[in-house]
Amino acid sequence: MSTAVAEVAEVKKSEPLFSKKNKKLITNPLDIDNPVTVQVLGICSALAVTTQMKPALVMAIALTVVTASSNFIISIMRNSIPGRIRIIVQLAVVSLWVILVDQLLKAYVYDVWKQLSVFIGLIITNCIVMGRLEAYAMGNKPGPSLLDGLGNGFGYGLILLIVAFFRELLGGGSIFGFKVFEAMNISYQGNGLMLLPAGACVIVGVVIWVQRSLNGYRETH
Amino acid sequence: MDLINLGVRSIFVDNMIFAYFLGMCSFLAISKKVTTAFGLGMAVVFVLGVTVPLNWLIQEYVLNPGALAWLGSDFASMDLGFLQFIVFISVIAAVVQLTEMAVEKFSPALYGSLGIFLPLIAVNCAILGGALFMVGKNPPFNFAQSVVYGVGSGIGWMLAIVALAGVREKMKYSNVPAPLRGLGITFILVGLMSLGFLSFLGFSL
Repeated sequence: MSTAVAEVAEVKKSEPLFSKKNKKLITNPLDIDNPVTVQVLGICSALAVTTQMKPALVMAIALTVVTASSNFIISIMRNSIPGRIRIIVQLAVVSLWVILVDQLLKAYVYDVWKQLSVFIGLIITNCIVMGRLEAYAMGNKPGPSLLDGLGNGFGYGLILLIVAFFRELLGGGSIFGFKVFEAMNISYQGNGLMLLPAGACVIVGVVIWVQRSLNGYRETH
Repeated sequence: MDLINLGVRSIFVDNMIFAYFLGMCSFLAISKKVTTAFGLGMAVVFVLGVTVPLNWLIQEYVLNPGALAWLGSDFASMDLGFLQFIVFISVIAAVVQLTEMAVEKFSPALYGSLGIFLPLIAVNCAILGGALFMVGKNPPFNFAQSVVYGVGSGIGWMLAIVALAGVREKMKYSNVPAPLRGLGITFILVGLMSLGFLSFLGFSL
């Protein structure tokens, strides 16, 4: 993870990091161009790891690191990748980063790693990573690509945390493992439906509904 | 009997979509028409049916701790487990690319209807997910079980996408609140369908 920080510092030297255009790369994915609710990418893990806040947070960080760093690497190599085999090249770069993240998590946060199980490995095929590589990194300079990766990682993390907040609060009556209702002396049974796949889908649906009535984004049908 | 049971379980109970949310991206993106949904579903069944057993062989004879013993006693203590992700995804990408080329050469008609979906499948998480779940099974699968599991999961995925496409075709005629249109209502639909699939829980032959 320290490499990602080093890369940010590198970008700073070569160009103004927060020029208006670059700032947009970070802020757009948070709302009007959100990877999960607008671009429909990375849904699988957004639904599967959000039963509790803690794994959701770890997953969001892992994905942000992988997206940003593979965006950066692919953008450096973009002119020397042959078109026909580009997907395999991209997958190789992404899985390299995922292996690194996987080993790090296994070493430092073993219980969360156990909980996330196959979903760390599935970051390789997470459509956000591939989608951003194809749509942005293949045609842009390394610096903006890195920011684009970071922005989309944050946008994904934001949705993940919102969904996990409601699922953990309504499903288990706690936030980050802290029993909210017990602390307020209210007895709460816990709604098991929220912990099931069905509850997750409905919550994401409602989040999309609220977001779109706020920002005015519409689909024809 | 054991195999039939596993097949039925992987189609209905451990459904890739409704129990694990794998392959959601293409599931939501390609489910607007029943015919295209069916084409993609068939491609997923085929690729899962080929790659899961193939990855089983690789896990068994290359990646497991001590699996390289057949190369000689020098290799008996090797553990290549950390290479799992990169090996699995390369196998999947290679199989997908080979299938695409073979279909293009031998059956242009099939390529016309299926071809555009094949490159998409390499990054469908249901495929890699199937391989990773197969490895995590306890007690470990044998070869026959991995074949049944791969094909069964694929059929479960196809069933889900065709069902959703059917519902979405009808949705065109209903009056959904404007901000909920498209993705929002689709998510709620998937939630309700997954609630329905919960009724298969604990089902066995």
